[in-house]
Amino acid sequence: MNKRNDDQDGSTKGFTRRGFLLTMGTGAITAAATTALPHARASEKKGVGPGEMVSLTLSVNGHRHRLLAEPRWSLLFVLRERLGLTGAKIGCERGECGACTVLVDGEPRYACMTLALEAEGTEVTTVEGLMEGEALGPVQEAFLENDAFQCGYCTPGQVTAAEGLLRDNTDPTPEEIRVGMSGNLCRCGAYANIFKAVKQAAGKR
Amino acid sequence: MKKQDNEMYYASDIPVPETPGAGESPDPWGKTRIVGKPVSRVDGYERVSGTAVYPSDLVLPGMLYGAMVRCPYPNARVRRLDTQKAAAIPGVRAVISAADTKAGLKWAYGEDKTEEFFPEHCRYEGEAVGAVAAETPYLAREAAKAVMVDYEVLPFLVDETRALEQGVPQVHSGGNRVNRASYERGDVDRGFEAADVVLEETYATPCELHTPLELHGCVAAWDRDRLTIWESTQGVYAVQSRVARVLDLPLSKVRVIGHYLGGGFGSKLQAGKYTVAAALLARRTGRPVKFFLSREETYLAVGNRPSNHMRLKAGVKKDGTLTALEFSALGSGGAFPSGGTALVDWLVRDLYTCPNVRTETDDVYIHAGPARPFRAPGHPQGAWALEQMLDALAGRIQMDPVALRLKNVPDHSQAREGNPPYTSRGLEACLRQGAEDFEWEKRRKEIEAQPQKGHLRRGVGMGSSLWFVGGGGPPSTIVIKLFADGSVNLNMGASDIGTGTKTVMALVAAEELGVRPDVIQIEHADTGTTQYATPSGGSKTVPTEAPAVRDAALQVKRKLLAMAAEEMGVDPEDLRVHGQGRISTRDGSREIRVTDVKGLKDRGVLMGVGHRGPNPENKVVNPFAAQFCEVEVNLKSGEVRLIRFLGAHESGRVMSRLTYDNQVYGGIVMGVGFAMTEFRVLDRKETGKLVNKNWHDYKLPTALDAPLETVSSPVEMPDEDANTTGAKGLGEPVTIPTAAAIANAVYHATGIRVTEAPINPARLSELLTRGRKEA
Repeated sequence: MNKRNDDQDGSTKGFTRRGFLLTMGTGAITAAATTALPHARASEKKGVGPGEMVSLTLSVNGHRHRLLAEPRWSLLFVLRERLGLTGAKIGCERGECGACTVLVDGEPRYACMTLALEAEGTEVTTVEGLMEGEALGPVQEAFLENDAFQCGYCTPGQVTAAEGLLRDNTDPTPEEIRVGMSGNLCRCGAYANIFKAVKQAAGKR
Repeated sequence: MKKQDNEMYYASDIPVPETPGAGESPDPWGKTRIVGKPVSRVDGYERVSGTAVYPSDLVLPGMLYGAMVRCPYPNARVRRLDTQKAAAIPGVRAVISAADTKAGLKWAYGEDKTEEFFPEHCRYEGEAVGAVAAETPYLAREAAKAVMVDYEVLPFLVDETRALEQGVPQVHSGGNRVNRASYERGDVDRGFEAADVVLEETYATPCELHTPLELHGCVAAWDRDRLTIWESTQGVYAVQSRVARVLDLPLSKVRVIGHYLGGGFGSKLQAGKYTVAAALLARRTGRPVKFFLSREETYLAVGNRPSNHMRLKAGVKKDGTLTALEFSALGSGGAFPSGGTALVDWLVRDLYTCPNVRTETDDVYIHAGPARPFRAPGHPQGAWALEQMLDALAGRIQMDPVALRLKNVPDHSQAREGNPPYTSRGLEACLRQGAEDFEWEKRRKEIEAQPQKGHLRRGVGMGSSLWFVGGGGPPSTIVIKLFADGSVNLNMGASDIGTGTKTVMALVAAEELGVRPDVIQIEHADTGTTQYATPSGGSKTVPTEAPAVRDAALQVKRKLLAMAAEEMGVDPEDLRVHGQGRISTRDGSREIRVTDVKGLKDRGVLMGVGHRGPNPENKVVNPFAAQFCEVEVNLKSGEVRLIRFLGAHESGRVMSRLTYDNQVYGGIVMGVGFAMTEFRVLDRKETGKLVNKNWHDYKLPTALDAPLETVSSPVEMPDEDANTTGAKGLGEPVTIPTAAAIANAVYHATGIRVTEAPINPARLSELLTRGRKEA
């Protein structure tokens, strides 16, 4: 998996899947989110039960959204079903496929493995945020030109993962592209064209 | 018309193909100007921008979320089911079970078996016993878990190899055999006598799961007695007919919409129980219900490619003539009739010239989720056996594997009544072109000449195939509308499952009308507004729909010419459409713009209705394939690296080069999964449960598993017999020979024949160790 794992420093920033797992173990997510999170806001809300809402401010694609959310809601659920940003897709809800990949502070994250609460205080970018109005971003343009998709369902996640890869590494080698894209499954198997698209996008940046 | 309109609407080249008179068939296209070109997909923007609304993206006002209550045992009876606790959870709006649906709600498996929708006797893990609807998916799943079910757990059978033994649990009364099918031609015993070499081997392929990225499901909403369903499906009309039948509704009251779907591979050809459950819950609550399965549920309850246990005996003469093939196979489609051995023997029967063939297949029941068609049903399994056997035979008679196949290329279908000829010699062409482009002979010799040192070994392998259908056929209806400004709308019922159907159809319409593909608006996959189409599966969508599109475009041109002729006072036969929006007399003396045709201006739109004509009589339209690969095997770890792959496919005319190549790449990747990473594991001893129901434990090929280099080498042979566009199907043939080609390459590298898939490091290490000990 390509997702970069920051050291767990207890800050509210850059909360990672691995760090999350280390912290949480296998406990009930609701309980964990409200008690064990190294997260200032969550810990203030001790005792929030299932079905109860906490207020939350998310910064997504440069816009701030205030909403009420259950602590157990994933960032993916909130993006898709509450904010109407359906670019990030549901594939497994357990961090296996990458269809839900978004950028959190510029780095690819599985939104299904990120609680909405954890994303507070970060800048979330979804595939919609890579557009300029109706114009495609350079990675999207490269995916289109290289036919780097078939059914298109994993595509927003692939595009976002590629964007994260290229922000980190502006001139990846073929091997780095393969490794960088290995956290995103494509059941249609369009990998060959995905590699071409990422390479082309790197060249255009 | 202004000049910029010309540029905006029309392809720069003219002329467009001739318009045949009424009742006449169009001539085959010669060289095409737009069809076959590498053009970006017409719906690519939506797919890469995230604006495409997949059914699972839909959010309707007041929408609830559904979840299924599923039996956790492979074989159990429901003693008691209590919904009280679940229904009491705040935010839960409906809980339904057999008690609510007893009034005749049935679920049919094929034509023979019909069950209660929520059965009392659950014959596979994941069978539905109830369903819930709640305000959030979190609550819905919580409620599904809170439905208290008291099960009588019964003995199970999940090992298909034991299904026909005495004393094992019976899945249905009447025994575990679904059917035994046999086929015979010639005299197999005499065929083996005539052979110089006879080999016999057993082969096995594990159960493979579709797991498309988009989960199975739908959104259902009622307006009194009118039901609308947004379903992730390969065929909206198939979903409509099943839902209407189950719920006893007129077809006109069931509208199914499926503009996008995130992959199906055969598992979304039909409605699921989730579709009906969504409708029931929506009716009960008076609110729209979104009902999508969890990933785990898709492993249990929405189909698979059955596992197969095969035996193949083959005889060959020293000159490469095949003298006899004898094949048997056992397989299980799970707990209901669903093709456990369907088509698994087809390649043995039909791919190579052989006068003496006998096959026998046993389809049996086990306590596991029913199979659904999976990309080229039966074929990759059969190819796994046959293509490895051909490789072994070639080795024994010291003949090149490609040469052995070329020696046995048939020009007619031997397995069909009357031995009808194929419409193409595609198999031979694929073998020759593929071998040449791959530099097969050269590379084979180079590798064999290399000293065997170190722990890395290179090898090359190949396999070929046909797909038993792939020519498409009626019915299909397409409507093309020409707007008053010369732009075009294309209406078809078929789904674009990611293969590029919409793009291909836009190219066909553009070819005939001279307009640019991107000014063609496409509406599709909606039973309320688009024309009837069969589901997109079987590699038949392009050869089915494209000729109907061409016909619809011709109808538009004929009408346009008739109107223009009347207005100009000339004979319609004397006019032709030029493309670039002009109509002229054949001598060029008179010309008008399409947009100046008064009839078009007055009506606002001109409509052409096209149909798919019949397939050729007494001929067989099949796509053919050959794939070649080079591998590197690590003798220490048992790992196999795919260095390069080449797919040489004959599917008639190449209709769209980008999507064509993409199918080849994707089919190979799926074949890599079948060969190397994917296998369902049922706990045969303790629980009978599926133990690897997620993508960590059931591994799909990732970016790191795809071949380092994949080349598509189209064998383009426009098939004039097949249909008016010369196209055949591609989506399935691309995944048939892949696994066998890898196995043959691994054998070439190591001398070890892996007859039981998958070829993963665990299995290969074991075989390598055994090989060393024996040596």
